[in-house]
Amino acid sequence: MEILVCVKRVPDSAENEISVAPNGADIKRDDLVYSVNEWDNYAVEEAIQIVERDGGKVTVISVGDSDAEEIVRREMAMGAEQGLLATDATFEGSDGLGIATILAAAAKKGSYDLILTGALADDGAAQVGGMIAALLDLPYASVVNKIETKDGKSLRIGREIEGGAQEINDIELPCVLSIQTGINEPRYVGIRGIRKVASVEIPVLDAAALGVTAGKVGADSANVKRVDYFVPVAGAGAEMLSGSNDELADKLVALLKAKGGIK
Amino acid sequence: MNAKLFVFVSHRNGKADDSAFELASAAKTMLPGSAATAIVCGSGVDAVATEAAQLFAEVWKFDQSALAYPNAELIRPLLLEVVPAGSVLLLAHDTFGFDLGPGLSVKLGAAYVPDVVGFDGLDGTALKVVRQEFAGQVSAHVNANVANGAVVTVRSGAFKPSEVSPGGQVIDKSDEAAGLTAKRTFIEVIEAEAGDIDITREDVLVSVGRGIGDKENIGLVEELTDAMGAAMSCSRPIVDAKWLDKGRQVGTSGKTVKPKVYLALGISGSFQHLGGLKGNPFLVAVNKNPKAPIFQVATVGIIADLLEFLPVLTEKVQKAK
Ligand SMILES: Cc1cc2nc3c(=O)[nH]c(=O)nc-3n(C[C@H](O)[C@H](O)[C@H](O)COP(=O)(O)OP(=O)(O)OC[C@H]3O[C@@H](n4cnc5c(N)ncnc54)[C@H](O)[C@@H]3O)c2cc1C
Repeated sequence: MEILVCVKRVPDSAENEISVAPNGADIKRDDLVYSVNEWDNYAVEEAIQIVERDGGKVTVISVGDSDAEEIVRREMAMGAEQGLLATDATFEGSDGLGIATILAAAAKKGSYDLILTGALADDGAAQVGGMIAALLDLPYASVVNKIETKDGKSLRIGREIEGGAQEINDIELPCVLSIQTGINEPRYVGIRGIRKVASVEIPVLDAAALGVTAGKVGADSANVKRVDYFVPVAGAGAEMLSGSNDELADKLVALLKAKGGIK
Repeated sequence: MNAKLFVFVSHRNGKADDSAFELASAAKTMLPGSAATAIVCGSGVDAVATEAAQLFAEVWKFDQSALAYPNAELIRPLLLEVVPAGSVLLLAHDTFGFDLGPGLSVKLGAAYVPDVVGFDGLDGTALKVVRQEFAGQVSAHVNANVANGAVVTVRSGAFKPSEVSPGGQVIDKSDEAAGLTAKRTFIEVIEAEAGDIDITREDVLVSVGRGIGDKENIGLVEELTDAMGAAMSCSRPIVDAKWLDKGRQVGTSGKTVKPKVYLALGISGSFQHLGGLKGNPFLVAVNKNPKAPIFQVATVGIIADLLEFLPVLTEKVQKAK
């Protein structure tokens, strides 16, 4: 199976204290730790496992500047055979539809049986996979936590729905799926793995190569635009305890005892 | 704005989801004074349509056997046939909304405005909304150009459920958009397995999140839990990593719990996690990041490193008994 996996480079929100830059135009980007979006990493692992089982090829693509190349390389070190980078000045400021338009154009350049994205990324929108499917007129399923390959014509998939139940569907190929965390255990990428792919060429696709015009992507054509970032005025918020660990623990034990938290 | 406003009503077991009540008030907040039309799809949905008519002035009912299970791949083409161009459609930002919404917006040529937590009014054709990014650590003002309509998904819990009042009208449209087919077929729903303990019945939960760092460190949480005589639950990454059973996961894709006391240890406070925490418990958050969103909702907050703090706390709890 030919599989395309779309990946995004994001500030790791588990590792970083994210704060707003003075004028609200952006978050403070200095000293941020970046990584591949958590959901995307599961998508790449799933693609690699399918290809290991059934044969085929995994291609990883990211829309971004040259910094995004680092995560494409990381996912190649996991076992994706091909990496692609979609970069062009006109892509900057694209909204979700703009990004999906770029990725759909890239998908059209190949002949993929399966296109995977993460279920969502740092903006929480959960939109790009479903948009790519619509742009390419392919069937779509979101939050997928199980993929069984069948006869080459369709897949049996599980979607993780509310309450942790699993919704089983058959879906025709080619199709687009967004992948939920927990579907597999992404393999570890060591320094040696990264070194192995360090000099592999990653082709850059620009607007001309993809045949996307400025009227479809970029800031000017974005229908959905962020005005600014801000920190909401906190409501009551938590009563913050202070002191050394020893003092904090004493205070907390007293509170827990009073609330019936210690039996 | 003259656009027609719709709310997609999800339902289960003959009852409208909580999201329908929240979407009813979201619609009123988004465009005050406008009347939204509810869309109810399914098979044998009279009761749901009647219930929806207590929230919305007008309800469009699509009752077809093919719609017995809400397959977004069928419902999307149905909506494309019946929803006029330029409409604004509200749905829940849940796993059905993920399925339906993005593709629907593309096909309608409308803006997609996902995971909205607040509305700041309409300025010409700019719908002004509030969203959150980076796992809730910062918020953003976002403007959406709704000149060609919009598909808006609304976060659960962001709007107070609307009060019901009788009087809405149900319009049966079951004959419209009939005979649709999809390239995705629903097979079955497999309910989540019961775990080794039932955390939904526990009064005191000690909940561990990704901040614990390593599987080995779960032992520190276990010792505290034992000392307190409590039960251990967790956030999703702990289950994804297979460090604890799925039955212990609190959240929208896990269990809904109603403890009296809840300790959130190294949990950032995502809305998916908090969505499973009900009943307004005494909520203690321990986190090393002072900006963690969990501190906005916790009763008591402690900024500390779990690996250093937990052993101290466990010892004090043991002594206090
Ligand atoms: C469809 C869908 C359904 C979902 N359902 C659920 C669900 O049911 N339940 C759920 O929990 N999540 C769910 N999620 C995932 C959710 O979006 C978050 O990713 C998840 O809740 C984050 O878990 P966390 O808070 O443990 O980890 P993180 O967000 O990574 O937070 C870890 C926290 O630990 C702190 N920390 C790190 N190290 C230390 C230390 N040494 N000492 C103290 N603090 C430390 C960090 O500051 C951070 O705040 C769902 C997501 C999707 C898309």
